[in-house]
Amino acid sequence: MTGLSGAVGFAEVALSMVLVAVAVVISRVRGVGLEGDMTVALVRSFAQLLAVGYVLEFVFDGHGGLTFAALAVMVGTAAWTTGRRAKSVPGARGVAAVAIAVAAAATLGVVLALGIVPAEARAVIPLGSMVLSNAMVAASLVMTGMHDRLATSRREVEARLSLACTAREAALPAMRESLRAGMLPIVENTKVVGLVAFPGAMTGMILAGAPPLDAIRLQLVVMYLLLGGNAFAALVAGELTVRRLFTAEHQLIRPLRR
Amino acid sequence: MGSRNLRPGMGRFDAMMPVVGDRFELRDIRVDGDDGPILDGFSARIPAVGLTAIVGESGTGKTTLLRLLNRLDDPDAGVVLLDGRDVRDYDVLELRRRVQVVSQTPVGFPGTIARNLGDAHVTALLARVGLDADMAEREADRLSLGETQRVTLARAIAREPEVLVLDEPTSALDVRAKARIECLLGELADDGMTVVLVSHDPRHAEQLADHVIELG
Repeated sequence: MTGLSGAVGFAEVALSMVLVAVAVVISRVRGVGLEGDMTVALVRSFAQLLAVGYVLEFVFDGHGGLTFAALAVMVGTAAWTTGRRAKSVPGARGVAAVAIAVAAAATLGVVLALGIVPAEARAVIPLGSMVLSNAMVAASLVMTGMHDRLATSRREVEARLSLACTAREAALPAMRESLRAGMLPIVENTKVVGLVAFPGAMTGMILAGAPPLDAIRLQLVVMYLLLGGNAFAALVAGELTVRRLFTAEHQLIRPLRR
Repeated sequence: MGSRNLRPGMGRFDAMMPVVGDRFELRDIRVDGDDGPILDGFSARIPAVGLTAIVGESGTGKTTLLRLLNRLDDPDAGVVLLDGRDVRDYDVLELRRRVQVVSQTPVGFPGTIARNLGDAHVTALLARVGLDADMAEREADRLSLGETQRVTLARAIAREPEVLVLDEPTSALDVRAKARIECLLGELADDGMTVVLVSHDPRHAEQLADHVIELG
C-alpha cells in the first residue's frame, strides 16, 4: 500500500497555491473584497505551519522532553484566544487557561494511563492539539453563553437571589443551557462522523497510506477524547465563570445589574 | 427627601401605635448610576411595626432603594442598618431570608405554581393572595402579569420573612384583587411583619400606610 507520506514536496505546495489564486480572482471579479484576507491567510498558514513543522521535527528527533513545554505553549495560546473572545467575563483568560488545561490534562492523562496511546511526543502533541482546539471552542461558548444568558435573564436570576438562593443556584438554568450549547456541536459532529466529512486524524492516516480500519480505530479514540475534553472544558469554564459573574456576596457583578 | 409620619389618627393603628425601634435605618446613602447619582445623601427610617410606603415619581430611585435592603446592590456611600446592625455584617443569605423583596416585574419560575410556592400550604397561600386552589398545577411562567404578581407575593410570604418589601405589588391588578392584596398586607403588618411597599400614587399610599417615605 502506497501513501502520500513524503510524496508532497514544496514544489507541490507551490502548485497547489494555484487554487488560492483562483479564489482571489473570484473574490476580485465578484467584488467580495476578501483578496487581502486571502493573501494574509495564505502567508500566515504557510509561515505558521512551516514553523510548527520545524518545531515538531526537532521535538520528535530526540527532544521528547519538550513535549510538555509544547503543550504548555499551546494551552497559553488557546487561553489567550478564548479570553479575547469571551472578554465580557472578567478574568476570562485565567478561566479559559484553567478550563483548557484541565481538559487536556484529564483526557490525555486517561489515554496515557490506560496505555491507549504511547507516551511519545508523536502521539501526545497532535492529540493534545486536537483536544485543545476543541476545548477552546467549548470554553468560549460556555463563557460567553453564561454572560449573555445571565444578562438577558437578569430579572429571573435576581428573583432567585432575593429568595436567598446562592449565586450558583440562581445561575443554574443559565449554566445548564450554556453547557449544553458548549457541548452540543461536538455531540452532533460525533453522531454524523464519516457520513459526510471524514475527520482529520482518519483522513491523515488514510492519505499517509494506513489501512482504513487502522485509521478509523485511531479516529474513534480521537472522537471520544474530544468528547471528554469538551465536557471537562465546558464544566470547568462554567463553574469558574459563575464565580466571575457574581460577587462573593451573591450579587450579580455591576455591569450585569442594570 | 426624608421620612415623615402621617397625621395623627389617620394611620391604621390610630393612637394605639406602640413606640418601637426602626427595622431599617438608611444613613446618608449615595448610589451612582450611569448618569450621575440616583440617590445622594438620602437618609430614612423604616419602623419595625406597621406598613411603610415609599412614594415618588418614576426615576427618583425607589427601586434602587429597595435593592439595598436585601443587598442585590450595595450603596456607593452611606450605610444601611437592619435592627441597628450594618446589613453587610449579616450573612447575605440569612439577610435575604429575613428580608423578602418582590420586584416590580415579577418572575414565575419554570414549574408549577405549587412548586414555586415550595409545595407546602399551597391552597392557603393561594387563597391569601386571592387565587383559586385549582391554579396550583398551572405553569408559573405562563401566567398573566396580575397572576404572576400574586404568585410571587405568595412565594415571598411562604418564606415567612420578618420584612416584606414590595415594588408596586398591585400595578397589574383589577380593583377587587388590589383590595384583596392591600387587605392582606394590612393583616401581615398587624401580625408583626414589617411591610414596605413602593407606590407611585402618594394619595393612595397615605390612605394605606402607617408611614410614608417620600423620594424625589
